[in-house]
Amino acid sequence: MTVTVAREVESSEQPIQEQKCLRKIGILKEVYPNECRVAATPDTVKKLQKLGFEVLIEAGAGEAANFSDDAYRLAGCKIVPDARALWTEADIVLKVRPPELGEVELMPEGGTLISFIWPAQNQELLEKLAQRNATVLAMDAVPRISRAQKMDALSSMANIAGYRAVVEAANQFGRFFTGQITAAGKVHPAKVLVIGAGVAGLAAIGAARSLGAIVRAFDTRPVVKEQVESLGAEFLELSFAEDGSGEGGYAKTMSKEFIEAEMALFAEQAKEVDIIITTALIPGKPAPKLITKEMVESMQEGSVIVDLAAEQGGNCEVTKPGEIYRYRGVTIVGLTDLPSRMAAQSSQLYGTNLWHLLKDMGGAEDYKIDYEDEVVRGALVLHEGKVTWPPPKPSNPAPTPSPSASKPAATKAMAPEEAQQAGGNKGLLWLVLAGLALVGIGIGAPSSFLSHFIVFVLACFVGWQVIWNVSPALHTPLMSVTNAISGIIIIGGMLQISGPLNSPTTILGAIAILVGTINISGGFLVTQRMLKMFQK
Amino acid sequence: MTNNLVTVAYIAASALFILSLGGLSNQESARRGNLYGIAGMAIAFVATALSPQVTAYGTLIAVIVPGAIIGSIVAARVAMTSMPELVAILHSFVGLAAVLVGVASYLKPESSLVGAEATIHQLEIYLGVFIGAVTFTGSIIAFGKLRGSISSKPLLLPARHLLNIAMLVACIGLGVQFMGTADGLQPLLMMTAIACVLGVHLVMAIGGADMPVVISMLNSYSGWAAAAAGFMLSNDLLIITGALVGSSGAILSYIMCKAMNRSFISVILGGFGEGTNASAAKGEQQPSGKATATNVEETAELLSNASSVIIVPGYGMAVAQAQHAVSDITKILRDRGIQVRFGIHPVAGRMPGHMNVLLAEAKVPYDIVLEMDEINEDFSETDVVLVIGANDTVNPSALEDPDSPIAGMPVMEVWKANTVVVMKRSLASGYAGVDNPLFYKDNTLMLFGDAKQNVSSILSKLSELMSAGSSVTKEKELAKV
Repeated sequence: MTVTVAREVESSEQPIQEQKCLRKIGILKEVYPNECRVAATPDTVKKLQKLGFEVLIEAGAGEAANFSDDAYRLAGCKIVPDARALWTEADIVLKVRPPELGEVELMPEGGTLISFIWPAQNQELLEKLAQRNATVLAMDAVPRISRAQKMDALSSMANIAGYRAVVEAANQFGRFFTGQITAAGKVHPAKVLVIGAGVAGLAAIGAARSLGAIVRAFDTRPVVKEQVESLGAEFLELSFAEDGSGEGGYAKTMSKEFIEAEMALFAEQAKEVDIIITTALIPGKPAPKLITKEMVESMQEGSVIVDLAAEQGGNCEVTKPGEIYRYRGVTIVGLTDLPSRMAAQSSQLYGTNLWHLLKDMGGAEDYKIDYEDEVVRGALVLHEGKVTWPPPKPSNPAPTPSPSASKPAATKAMAPEEAQQAGGNKGLLWLVLAGLALVGIGIGAPSSFLSHFIVFVLACFVGWQVIWNVSPALHTPLMSVTNAISGIIIIGGMLQISGPLNSPTTILGAIAILVGTINISGGFLVTQRMLKMFQK
Repeated sequence: MTNNLVTVAYIAASALFILSLGGLSNQESARRGNLYGIAGMAIAFVATALSPQVTAYGTLIAVIVPGAIIGSIVAARVAMTSMPELVAILHSFVGLAAVLVGVASYLKPESSLVGAEATIHQLEIYLGVFIGAVTFTGSIIAFGKLRGSISSKPLLLPARHLLNIAMLVACIGLGVQFMGTADGLQPLLMMTAIACVLGVHLVMAIGGADMPVVISMLNSYSGWAAAAAGFMLSNDLLIITGALVGSSGAILSYIMCKAMNRSFISVILGGFGEGTNASAAKGEQQPSGKATATNVEETAELLSNASSVIIVPGYGMAVAQAQHAVSDITKILRDRGIQVRFGIHPVAGRMPGHMNVLLAEAKVPYDIVLEMDEINEDFSETDVVLVIGANDTVNPSALEDPDSPIAGMPVMEVWKANTVVVMKRSLASGYAGVDNPLFYKDNTLMLFGDAKQNVSSILSKLSELMSAGSSVTKEKELAKV
């Protein structure tokens, strides 16, 4: 009965979907095997209600994360018995995992879904959703910009995975992490190598450090060195200059030489460390193989490798995704559900990410899908059945040419043509004049003059070429140094002072030397003084 | 030392001078460039002193030592704001030396020259003395104008172009007489006197804003004077050096003229700014609207909340000696993670590169000091622009008003930024005598008063805000991680 009523309401409101106030949010129970997370906790439900939403939740949705239906009821949720009822009643459905194809069947025409989607990997799902005229926002497609950090569910999950990786490693590792000196003897601290210092890597470094281990970390992006060191770990460096920073703060694929140097470093470290945690991922590509079989074999018995990239194929050659097993005495942890293993925590963070997103979209009152909003546009993969993924490249804030700027540009565009013509005529005229002058000099002047003249003309050209390279910032020093150099005129004076002391030539020459010397010493010294001040 | 050795030394010195100028292409190599120059000068001096023509060492030492001492004292004492004056007075010394060398060379009997060679020698002397004399007095007037002891307003005598031409003609006439007689000392000295007057008159007619051109032009002249001396003494080193300096000054003049969108001739003929009244009568666009005044607190607030700031200094900053306080503000803002850059118009100040030297003196890192062309496109993405004592170089009417006397002059497009704060004493027009519509724009705030005082109080306000806001900054940084 309720179902039909709800449907009628839904369909009658269809045509004016953009403007109407969407009020009901539905929280689905995750159906994926062993998935314990839920898209809202009683805590985030309260926050959603403050935005004006009414929250419905499928019975038992939070059970795996230790949130009972009673807790949700206390928070003011309406418990809905099954998924079908929830889909029909809710205006916006929140989920964690991408919906199974079976779940899509339940979706009403024109529904709205917010969850992880992975549109690149799940083309079929996208098509199915499109057939339903659905509007879908993918939490994994939220752009990585500063403003969207509070909605960055990937970072939230990576943070948890990094932490949990250390916990899993500690679970498998038969020794202390911290070094101790006890009455029963000395215990060496464990050595942990973290490869990839992204969000997950940094979380792992932090967790391992606080357990007392010696932590080393490696990343292709030199910019993270500071972050690694701030957490108390040692940043391993290659004596190799190549920056691996790619788009959006992720890493990019490195050159062959770099990878060889990197592998040599890992091989050396593998012999020494007890625990390796790998988090190396390159967006849109299978995880790079960083730990070879040989390296694993070279590790001490009882060592542990946690491969956070297991889902994308693993950073270690012998990783089996989803499994924990021993390979020649080394425990390889290839679990892919680390965030789910801390369901209460990850549900809380994910729920908060969702809350931030919905708040940014205007809450219940002003809920709207704003194409101008970079974050919403990035996350929006389907809008009323239209595929809107991938989003257009973030438009560079290119300055729109203002009228004042375009006007001179237009006049300029015209000017060069005329100028070129005029310049061409003028240039020709000058060439002819210069040629005539040269011929005149050639006829009239004696050879002793000509040799000097050659020097003069060449020096003018050299000066012309050299001076154009002078940076405008150094024009003042240029003037003072040329000033000093032009004091070379004292040579003229010097050649004239050797006559009798009281002859006018000697006196004039001497005065010329005096003022010229002032010029030389003053000019050079003041230039030196100025240049000393220029500093980065 | 044989003549051949001297020649070789001269070649080395010339090469070092060229390297010296080449070294100035960027800040890292500039100091080495200057050392090359010193080395070249030392080689040239020693080689000449040891050459057979020079024997009067007593006289030489007697004049070299005081000259060097005076030069070093002046160089050590001069304030960076008065660099243009120093450069101007040094130019006048070169001019004077050229005159003296020329006259001395004429007085020295050199009977070996006959026929065409003798004529050319005389011509060289005459030309060298002429250029030297114009440089000498012109530079002294420029020095006076820059110091303020002579009014920087252009002195416009009636029929001044005719006067100039008359003097030129007189010089040429005297030149003919000089060549014709065996004893040409009298016409030579008369020409020198006329050329001196010409130099005074030329520079007197040029206004304060055109000083960068005048300085570079005199720089060029001093080079040509040295080259002319080289010709008359048959000394290749002098010719090379003179040509280098001459072309350097010529290029600088060209760059400066280009930056003001004016032809070299129009600058030299002087009298810029006289046309303002006429164009106003023609119905020049009068800036409309009201200027919005602001205060120090608001400015400090604006700066501390901005994420990018561009500071545009002008001659006013140099006059007020505000560069150190500006540098401190820059440091505070940069410590807070605010992007601060400087935009320098090519003719800002009184000589090419003047602002760069002042900012360098105040320890502003040179990599954030950018040229107009480098920064003009960034104004539209800038939160706050701080204009300190600049006026004509930020005047939008250069682009917007075709009737403006400065129409077509490239300017810093500061008005494209979100907010422009203009520090100025009043709404008065600048050296070009042109009203500035920038002051009346909606996004322009005027901060009246002495630049130094205002900058200092902004600095103290900022440091207060800084200590109060440090916790906020930390939070921001955490959020970024």
